[in-house]
Amino acid sequence: MGWDFDSSRPIYAQLVEILKGRIISGRYLPGERLPSVRELAGEAGVNPNTMQRALAELERGGLVYTERTNGRFVTDRPEALQTQRQTTAREVTRLYLSQMAELGFTREDTVHLIETWNHGGNKDE
Amino acid sequence: MNELFECRALTKRYGKFTALDGVDLTIGRGRIVGLLGPNGSGKTTLLKLANGLLTPSAGSIQINGHTPGVETKRIVSYLPDASYLPDDQSVRRLMGLFSDFYADFEVSRAREMLRELGLDEDARFKTLSKGNREKVQLILAMSRRAQLYLLDEPIGGVDPAARDYILRTIIGNYSEEATVVISTHLIADIEPVLDDAVFIRAGRIVLHQGVEALREQQGMSVDAYFREVFKC
Repeated sequence: MGWDFDSSRPIYAQLVEILKGRIISGRYLPGERLPSVRELAGEAGVNPNTMQRALAELERGGLVYTERTNGRFVTDRPEALQTQRQTTAREVTRLYLSQMAELGFTREDTVHLIETWNHGGNKDE
Repeated sequence: MNELFECRALTKRYGKFTALDGVDLTIGRGRIVGLLGPNGSGKTTLLKLANGLLTPSAGSIQINGHTPGVETKRIVSYLPDASYLPDDQSVRRLMGLFSDFYADFEVSRAREMLRELGLDEDARFKTLSKGNREKVQLILAMSRRAQLYLLDEPIGGVDPAARDYILRTIIGNYSEEATVVISTHLIADIEPVLDDAVFIRAGRIVLHQGVEALREQQGMSVDAYFREVFKC
């Protein structure tokens, strides 16, 4: 996942989403030291204060922690990662179900589609 | 501590034409600020006043508590909208001039940026393309350890790849207490790096707000909001 932003939404919220994604997908490993705020801001092409705010939010959520002199690290507590994974999975599912509902699929239709996925002729990956 | 940049009822008239009309504007330290307005709205006049190239017709402007002059030039790095360099000189010689003039100029930073943008130190300035001349001037301005950078249309003539590099340089290179003011009408390109947007129209400040708050309130990008406010 790169750093692509929709300028019509606050960038801070988008940074939080991207960074969470990188942590739960293991792109940033548990216990790994994160680049500095400046480095991350430079890489993402965003304002350093905005990046700082996004990292502070992750810290409040327990996904990263700061060691006074050494910088910022990804949490090494598996339960924190697991909680975030669950939260993200619920958000993704909610979005998926609402899109399916818009297409006119009932919950049953949707479940059926998932269960038969890869069994029928719908392997279009 | 004095404000880094403060205008009070700042007015500038050229004959009968009022270029700036009672501008009140305060900018603190550690910010990246977009000075955004259409052509002829007063952006360049404001930056020239901040550099003592013009004097106010009324009101005041102060940098770090001082009227623009010798004192403030030490802490302000200014990129003017037009070329001001002796263009018969090589880029290397221009770096020498900057070293002589400004105690805070870091040759090593300038060299690194020139190299990364593929610019030749031995080239004479006037033989460079328009875009490359702009890059050299911006590199010289950004290679000072200033407290306030005033950049007048720094990316207008520069290709998109170099534009990205330059914006990253602006983010990465300036110190945390320094403030960067970028005047431009290329808002989409710079808006992700801004803290605050200042909209200026016909010599008056019509908006001064954090860009994230603006996006949240308006539900649109700074660029889209600008187009709405300044619709012709």
